[in-house]
Amino acid sequence: MNAGALVLVVVQVAVMVVLSPLLVGVMRQVRARMEGRAGAGVLQPWRDLRKLLGKETLQADGTSWVMAAGPVVLLGSSALVCALVPLVGTTTFPLVPDDLFVVVSVLLLGTVALALVGLDAGSAFGGMGSSRHMTIAALVEPTVLVSVYALSIPVGSSALSAIVEARIADPASIASPVSLLALVALSVAVLAETGRMPVDNPSTHLELTMIHEAMVLESSGRDLAWLELGSWLRLGALLGLVGSLLVPWGIAGDVTVPALAVGVLALALKLGVIGAGLAAGEVFLAKLRLFRVPELLAGSFVLAFLAVTASYLVVQG
Amino acid sequence: MSTSWFDQAIGLAAGVLLLTSVLLVWKRSLAAAVRSLAVQGVALAALVAVIGIYEGDPQLVAIALLVLALKGFLLPWVLDRSRVRIAAVREETPLLNTTASLLALSLLTMLAYLVSRPFLTLAPGPTSAAVPVGISLVLYGFLILTTRRHAISQLVGFLVLDNGIATVAFLTSGGVPLVVELGASLDVLLVVLILRVLTSRITAEFGAADLDDLMELRD
Repeated sequence: MNAGALVLVVVQVAVMVVLSPLLVGVMRQVRARMEGRAGAGVLQPWRDLRKLLGKETLQADGTSWVMAAGPVVLLGSSALVCALVPLVGTTTFPLVPDDLFVVVSVLLLGTVALALVGLDAGSAFGGMGSSRHMTIAALVEPTVLVSVYALSIPVGSSALSAIVEARIADPASIASPVSLLALVALSVAVLAETGRMPVDNPSTHLELTMIHEAMVLESSGRDLAWLELGSWLRLGALLGLVGSLLVPWGIAGDVTVPALAVGVLALALKLGVIGAGLAAGEVFLAKLRLFRVPELLAGSFVLAFLAVTASYLVVQG
Repeated sequence: MSTSWFDQAIGLAAGVLLLTSVLLVWKRSLAAAVRSLAVQGVALAALVAVIGIYEGDPQLVAIALLVLALKGFLLPWVLDRSRVRIAAVREETPLLNTTASLLALSLLTMLAYLVSRPFLTLAPGPTSAAVPVGISLVLYGFLILTTRRHAISQLVGFLVLDNGIATVAFLTSGGVPLVVELGASLDVLLVVLILRVLTSRITAEFGAADLDDLMELRD
């Protein structure tokens, strides 16, 4: 059991490190093609990473050790999320469960690290980005918690792998009203958390409304590479979680070579389809005014909350 | 016709009732509000029809058809006519902003679940489990009535309130006699028609349908 879980964790993290830059590349490429541009190619995020890692890391005057530690913490927390969330298989360590609350707190650790990096240099842009980032995070975390909690009520466990296993065993539960409400709420929360389109525009620089890009302005070289890779891993893990909950087929129940190979292929396919769909949808969306973002998030919170109440309705009935 | 089928259908109808009320509070566009109200009416009719078919009561199915015609089509149509006539696009300034209203909704839902616990202990079953939804609808209706100042929003709030009362009635008593339901439906229809005339008069008088303009009495 332990050895199997260890193998699975190593496979998941390795696969996600390889796949998430590709996922971002696919999303940028789909978007470029739909907007009539040639695009830089799917491999461009990997080339960017290589370039950044080869560069000298410059730090602004007056920055502290947070500037160097923050990116590492973000990368570590994202890798930990990739290890915990059932992306390729559902085998877990008995002592470290992939519990919902553990996953959300690890996510929050990365969020705080990123916000501190933005604040450290003391520039106006960074502080603004961090403040917005924390506002959105404060609104998003309850939605993520409540929506996955709604999914966990019929299963009777808040471990993500148990939820995914139950959904493989009973596919009819995926289309139930509770699960649909919760998935819609979770998707909105994931979009906000990863800074995608209606909340933040991932392809702008130096615009007054940006959030994520404002925080990484002061970083360079290796630090910037870690920040980018950490954010991409986060995006991949969260989209993968939505994929695992929406289409749980192909996820390995045990740790054998063929099962893991199928799991990795299924994960790549799901991430590709979800990413391409998301990018295609983003082309048609305008960014929401910052003051309207709380409305969107409050709406998704209410949907998640109703999913919880509705799941009690069906369970008791 | 198994019990689990009945459970699922009741749960689905109740879920749609809740979802449409949330959309009513979320969206500020009046056209979207009228559409949500129509969907809510259809869901209420479906709920009544499901109870009727499950209990094998033809009278209840007839009432379901009545509810469908009145709340699914006639009342939204009347509201929509009135909306087009006074050329209202959206509720401009609700007294409570959307975020706060949405959070209030979740609190009201919790309140509804708390106060309807006696129902659940009284007769455990899928219908009594859905009673809190009806009570939430009543509370949402009051919320819309107190925080929206546009005449059409007031009408929408009134109809949500009425839908909530009807939901609780059908879920707890297994339906009301046809005559009573007919009387109640006609009452609602009449009230909506009168309020619609009133809305037109307000618009003609003040150029807008904002109830805050009605500040003082005149002859």
